[in-house]
Amino acid sequence: MPDLPQQTDEDVDVVVIGAGPAGLTLAHALGELGISDVLIIDRDTQPGGVPRYSDHHGYGIRDLRQPLRGPIYAGHLALRAVKGGARIMTEATVTDINAEQRTIEVTAPSGRFTIHAKVIVIATGCRERPRAARLIPGTRPSGVFTTAWLQRLVHLQHGSPGKRAVIVGAEHVSYSAVLTLRHAKCSIVAMVTERARHDSFTVFNIGARARWRFPLLRSATVTRILGDHQVTGVEIQDRKGRTKVLDCDSVIFTGDWVAENELARRAGLLIDPGTGGPAVDAHQATSAPGIFAIGNVLHPAATADICALDGEHAAAGIAAYLNAPGGWPTRSLRLRTEGTIQWATPSLLTPEVLNAARGKVLVQFSERRRLPRLEVVQGGNRLWSGFVPWGIPTRPVPISDSWLARVSASGSDPVLRVLP
Amino acid sequence: MATLANLSPKAAIIVLVEHAFDVAVIGGGVVGCAIASALVRESLQVVLLEATADVGAGTSKANTAIWHTGFDAKPGTHEARLVARGHQLLAERGDDFGWPLERTGALLVAWDADQLFRLDSISANARATGYARIEVKSQSQVYELEPNLGVGALGGLLVPDEGLLDPWSIVIALATDFVVNGGTLRRKAAVTGAVHEAGAHELHTPAGPVRAAWVINAAGLNSDVVDRLLGHEGFTITPRRGQLIVFDKLARSLVKHVILPVPTATTKGVLVAPTIYGNVLLGPTAEDLTDKAATETTATGLAGLFEKGRAIMPKLLMEEVTATYSGLRAASEHSDYCYEVFPDNYVRVGGIRSTGISSALAIAEQVVADLRERGVAMQTLATPATVAVPNLAESRMRPYQDAARIAADPAYGRILCLCERVSLGEVRDALMSPVPAGDIDGLRRRTRALAGRCQGFHCGALITEMTSAWSGHSHA
Ligand SMILES: Cc1cc2nc3c(=O)[nH]c(=O)nc-3n(C[C@H](O)[C@H](O)[C@H](O)COP(=O)(O)OP(=O)(O)OC[C@H]3O[C@@H](n4cnc5c(N)ncnc54)[C@H](O)[C@@H]3O)c2cc1C
Ligand SMILES: Cc1cc2nc3c(=O)[nH]c(=O)nc-3n(C[C@H](O)[C@H](O)[C@H](O)COP(=O)(O)OP(=O)(O)OC[C@H]3O[C@@H](n4cnc5c(N)ncnc54)[C@H](O)[C@@H]3O)c2cc1C
Repeated sequence: MPDLPQQTDEDVDVVVIGAGPAGLTLAHALGELGISDVLIIDRDTQPGGVPRYSDHHGYGIRDLRQPLRGPIYAGHLALRAVKGGARIMTEATVTDINAEQRTIEVTAPSGRFTIHAKVIVIATGCRERPRAARLIPGTRPSGVFTTAWLQRLVHLQHGSPGKRAVIVGAEHVSYSAVLTLRHAKCSIVAMVTERARHDSFTVFNIGARARWRFPLLRSATVTRILGDHQVTGVEIQDRKGRTKVLDCDSVIFTGDWVAENELARRAGLLIDPGTGGPAVDAHQATSAPGIFAIGNVLHPAATADICALDGEHAAAGIAAYLNAPGGWPTRSLRLRTEGTIQWATPSLLTPEVLNAARGKVLVQFSERRRLPRLEVVQGGNRLWSGFVPWGIPTRPVPISDSWLARVSASGSDPVLRVLP
Repeated sequence: MATLANLSPKAAIIVLVEHAFDVAVIGGGVVGCAIASALVRESLQVVLLEATADVGAGTSKANTAIWHTGFDAKPGTHEARLVARGHQLLAERGDDFGWPLERTGALLVAWDADQLFRLDSISANARATGYARIEVKSQSQVYELEPNLGVGALGGLLVPDEGLLDPWSIVIALATDFVVNGGTLRRKAAVTGAVHEAGAHELHTPAGPVRAAWVINAAGLNSDVVDRLLGHEGFTITPRRGQLIVFDKLARSLVKHVILPVPTATTKGVLVAPTIYGNVLLGPTAEDLTDKAATETTATGLAGLFEKGRAIMPKLLMEEVTATYSGLRAASEHSDYCYEVFPDNYVRVGGIRSTGISSALAIAEQVVADLRERGVAMQTLATPATVAVPNLAESRMRPYQDAARIAADPAYGRILCLCERVSLGEVRDALMSPVPAGDIDGLRRRTRALAGRCQGFHCGALITEMTSAWSGHSHA
């Protein structure tokens, strides 16, 4: 690739950390605004982020308005970013950020260097919570995967996950794991979820289970992993406390997302306690001047198109900042959430910044609610209320951002809650 | 060299008879590796027999990794003396072997009046072991030293010389030292039987018989079984399981010292401690078991640790968990190590229970002294080969931070394991080294690859593939 930094320190206008759908789409949108001194850095061998190895349909719906397979979607976004003038540096890992200096430390085969940028954008995505972090006891054999590990194994390394798998979790990504396992000719012993039902689309659930005939074990927890060197089974417990062992040679832990927030935390940014990622305002700006964040590091895990649209939206705010870097708002209110609402983003409320990505605030429920009605209140004032189409854990739902204009800068922190 | 396969049966016997080692060390944990390395450095012909596919894969890999001073050991025991001496030797040899140490100090915290009362006797015990640098700390000093402690600490003791060690690298460093100085390492060579005839031991292993003038039993949890195979009957090992929880690196800044509880008669108790790799540990439990392979974690064990951890440092529990594991202490009916030299050229080094990483070098020094005293001819190598192990500690420069090293070899700039920042160069080195990793677990201990918060989400597929390709094994 042309003129990448070679063991030297460099100055750029915008550096984007992470070449996933969010980062790549941002670079394209910046190009459209005439900002082309953009460097995207990714630790992987190729740009594209998760879709690069998530080889099935379901990408590009809201952003490109066409259904694409993951790798094709990733390729398209990367090409478009480069056409807009951005440079993409792969096999390069950002190991630290200094928010005050606005510098990042990078390690790459071409060297270890510091890059100074006017704007730094964190687009590092999220990860699935692995077995250990879920505190699942038992032995530590091989054959325990997350979906991303499984998909990289099958689609990039052309390896085999085993013959009989148990899938833990029943959200969108769990059905993505089903497709990959079947592609690898591995049968599915069962899908196990702690919740009372699956959290994905009914068509996915019915379609996959009718075609490949595996049971969905609901209200069941995995209580133990068995096997010395290789997994030989998992013990599960049902609602009544009865246990049984499912024979299998692999276990796939799906979903249960965690923001890839190390850099955000090392930079000392204000962290949203609900998402674990940095808190941002409607322009995707974090608590530190010149540092923005987009994609699933903010909302683990929305679909890729929503991450891409974050990136598209952030371009305008970044352009405005580059024109007038001194005009950074000094005071922000924060949107608080209550009860069964796990998080909402954007959650930093800056008076002049009124339009969020897609005109929406994204809300995540921790428990299932049928046709929930929400309200935003500030002090005694109701700023907004309305129904949302679903209240399903793991499936962020958008609400209108119209109420942002009604927030009083001198008031207390607004609260978002579910109406009974 | 001729192998047994291409010799006639008669010639093979001659080779076997002639090729008797001076010493056979049974067990490739930290203790066996330390002894083996010390003995080859005395120009002896030494074979190290390890049952599993790798060194350091037993208790030596799964512990709390504290660099103990021995301040709380029972005065007058082998353990008290050897831990104190081992503590010092680890520091002296660190530069040659490359292992890191971090002198964080330990803060022993009293949480109730009874514990507060016992601090005096702990200080007195420390002085009796020869450790005199303990400092008494008031309640406010305790919170100054550890601002994130939970409520209810009443006072404590600071033990400035306790710290953190790197148990994985110490074993690898010693095994490598042993091999590069001419030692014979046999893996997958469990000793299953033994005869002692005509002044020599013959040990049975799946890899064939091994003859040696001296035998050293450093078989850890199995040291009682091996003791019996060798015709002795001195002790019985009861595995005492310790489960541990590793918290994310983002928790590291919460904790400054090793935070110890006031020990009871049976255990040192549950501690919170940083690790040299930059994480925070909570544990261990202490459960007496019968199964020597029971290294699984349990729901009750982990829940109990969470409860204790919540009291010690509530903020810690808000961080992500990176890993859980358990190790088995080789406890015996004696409240000391089972160390003894027998007239049939046998050294028992068993029951090295909860301090063996700290004491290993001193145990080795003791074995060398005892063999010399019994007339084994030795000559200290004037210029032993030295190979420093790669640095895994966060307190020192890692390869990914080393501009000069990356410039010289770009493989150190290609980070494969994002969470632990492990480069392609380090993975390659570990798979090609004199004591190479044979599987993913071995690679993890040599590089930290896959030991991080994502547990393989990003790099699991690639690194497993590389390990199989380079080591000729297949591990999914
Ligand atoms: C198995 C699976 C199946 C899915 N299926 C679908 C689907 O069908 N449809 C859909 O719309 N969505 C799907 N998703 C979700 C979607 O892929 C992700 O939400 C989307 O990729 C997130 O985009 P992102 O840009 O925020 O992050 P990512 O795609 O995760 O990209 C982040 C990038 O940042 C890089 N990075 C991270 N840290 C650093 C660092 N320190 N230095 C350098 N680079 C760094 C990473 O290498 C990565 O390339 C799926 C997700 C998974 C895991
Ligand atoms: C929970 C816990 C916490 C601890 N914390 C600390 C600490 O903080 N600091 C500290 O210094 N120490 C600590 N320890 C103690 C330390 O880990 C042990 O004392 C030390 O690892 C013992 O080493 P070893 O070589 O004797 O045993 P091991 O490491 O178990 O090695 C014995 C080896 O012998 C092999 N073997 C067994 N049978 C045979 C056979 N028949 N033939 C050939 N090989 C055989 C085994 O495969 C094994 O590799 C802790 C221990 C535990 C369990």
